[in-house]
Amino acid sequence: MSALVECTKATRWFGRLAAVRQVDLSVRPGEIVGLLGANGAGKTTLIRMLLGLIGTSEGEVALFGEPPSRRTRARIGYVPQGLGLYDDLSPAENMQFTAAIFGPPAAGLPDDVRPYSGELVGSLPLGVQRRVAFAQALSHRPDLLVLDEPTSGVDPLGRARLWETIGDAADAGAGVLVTTHYMEEAHECGRLVVMADGRVVAEGTAAEIVGSRQVVAVAAESWSAAFGALERAGLPVALAGRGLRVPGADPADVRRALGDLPASVRQVPATLEERFFELAAPAAAA
Amino acid sequence: MEGGAEGRPGGERADAGLPAWGATKVCVRYGRTVALSDVTLAAPAGQVTAVVGGDGAGKSTLLRCLAGVLAPDSGEIRRPAKERAGYLPASSGIYPDLTVAENLDFRAQGYGMSRRLATQRAAEYLDRAGLTPAADRLAGQLSGGMRQKLAVIAAMLHQPELIVLDEPTTGVDPVSRSGLWWLIARAAAQGCAVVLATTYLDEAERCASVLALDAGQALAAGTAEEIAAAMPGSLRAVDGRPAGDAAERSWRRAGRWRVWEPDGPPDQDGGAIRPDLADAVTVAALAREMRAGRPEGSES
Repeated sequence: MSALVECTKATRWFGRLAAVRQVDLSVRPGEIVGLLGANGAGKTTLIRMLLGLIGTSEGEVALFGEPPSRRTRARIGYVPQGLGLYDDLSPAENMQFTAAIFGPPAAGLPDDVRPYSGELVGSLPLGVQRRVAFAQALSHRPDLLVLDEPTSGVDPLGRARLWETIGDAADAGAGVLVTTHYMEEAHECGRLVVMADGRVVAEGTAAEIVGSRQVVAVAAESWSAAFGALERAGLPVALAGRGLRVPGADPADVRRALGDLPASVRQVPATLEERFFELAAPAAAA
Repeated sequence: MEGGAEGRPGGERADAGLPAWGATKVCVRYGRTVALSDVTLAAPAGQVTAVVGGDGAGKSTLLRCLAGVLAPDSGEIRRPAKERAGYLPASSGIYPDLTVAENLDFRAQGYGMSRRLATQRAAEYLDRAGLTPAADRLAGQLSGGMRQKLAVIAAMLHQPELIVLDEPTTGVDPVSRSGLWWLIARAAAQGCAVVLATTYLDEAERCASVLALDAGQALAAGTAEEIAAAMPGSLRAVDGRPAGDAAERSWRRAGRWRVWEPDGPPDQDGGAIRPDLADAVTVAALAREMRAGRPEGSES
């Protein structure tokens, strides 16, 4: 099947800063691709290139086999971080406004939003606003969905429901490109692309990206004493429930730093978040 | 003091094991809306306690009560005297037209800290949070993650006994989030009681105890393991979307489907899984939704 999105060595310069460097990225029909990266990693610039809002400095971006244009834009459903709704219009009016641009909608507001269809969007609960934004983005049955932090601030059940909507769109053949800061959510994606400093630094399933990486887990009688000891030793210690985790450290160094504090020290598989941090932190610090 | 007692300095330490700070059977109404109904929370020293829930669950209302900016209609709030507490409101409480250093200086004056101590501590916190190069930048020009780190530092600069943080990590990228968590863990390691609100359950799992709120009511409370173990019924994971009456008891997670069986173990063999905190909180919300009946208009 041909790709909906195909970036080949896509690069974008702003003055002397390369916000996106030599990025290869593809999204196929029915696929959910997660785009991960810290602030400034280049995710938003890349999305703006896909939407045709800014051009490429070097390399190529193809949408549905052609350069981004107004015509390709009409086949994309986009939910920006700020949701992109008009606060002073009702959900129904927001839908009408979209229809005026993209043509008559193939789908309307979901049933659970209908009771709110006459109220102003700005006065609605955030969860309802989010469902309106999704309905609007999906109303013209887009071939490609682009979602920027789609579930920020949503409770777990609400988040699961939004992911059902995303999954349904993918099952119906749409490709989905989604950015998220939350690794729990990254597990919903079939494939992940990790960006740092404008480049793709890792790609694959969550399990492939974590690979065989391990971190040191510390279970101490007094977590606070252990935290203090590890901190004084300059180790990157993190809190985990009533225990501690030390990514990227040698267990022997951890044991030495703990001195004679009663604690068990063992190596455990890293989480996606810990692996992500390893990939992203050096670039963020630079 | 509104419906509550100001704690004694050093409160819980004097009181062997009983957390001095927290809320007991707190109710808050805004007009006819019940924002909190009979909510109890313990905030022990040297521990991070999470309050989870979505938009409108009551997290901010509970935190505002703990911070002393809102008086409950009934129930008891136990918190230290104002100068011994720190509060990060959801709006971050940072002045965009002051620099990073000026924001902290201004806050330190409010806490009545000596100039020397304030300067020394601000320098230390900024250094550990990686904000030293930004000390002279206007706070309004910081990235979201940097601004939140500044806001958390401002709430803990005076090393209070209780720190209340309203969604310190919402919208913050994972690298900045890791820095925020380091600040939070360090404050708890130094003996402070930390209460924070979050919508993210992987974050709540890092905390020593969790209170899950939904529509102003406590859904579940305890350690993440306790809440998961207390989930009623059982859970299985299946590949395809369940049909029939199982559909409304199911939700998507990690590309598969969870199905909740409210009445004991599943009769289907295979697919049974042990719930985690996210599963248990989702089930609690689902059960409440099912008890309340479907929302108006959802049948049509």
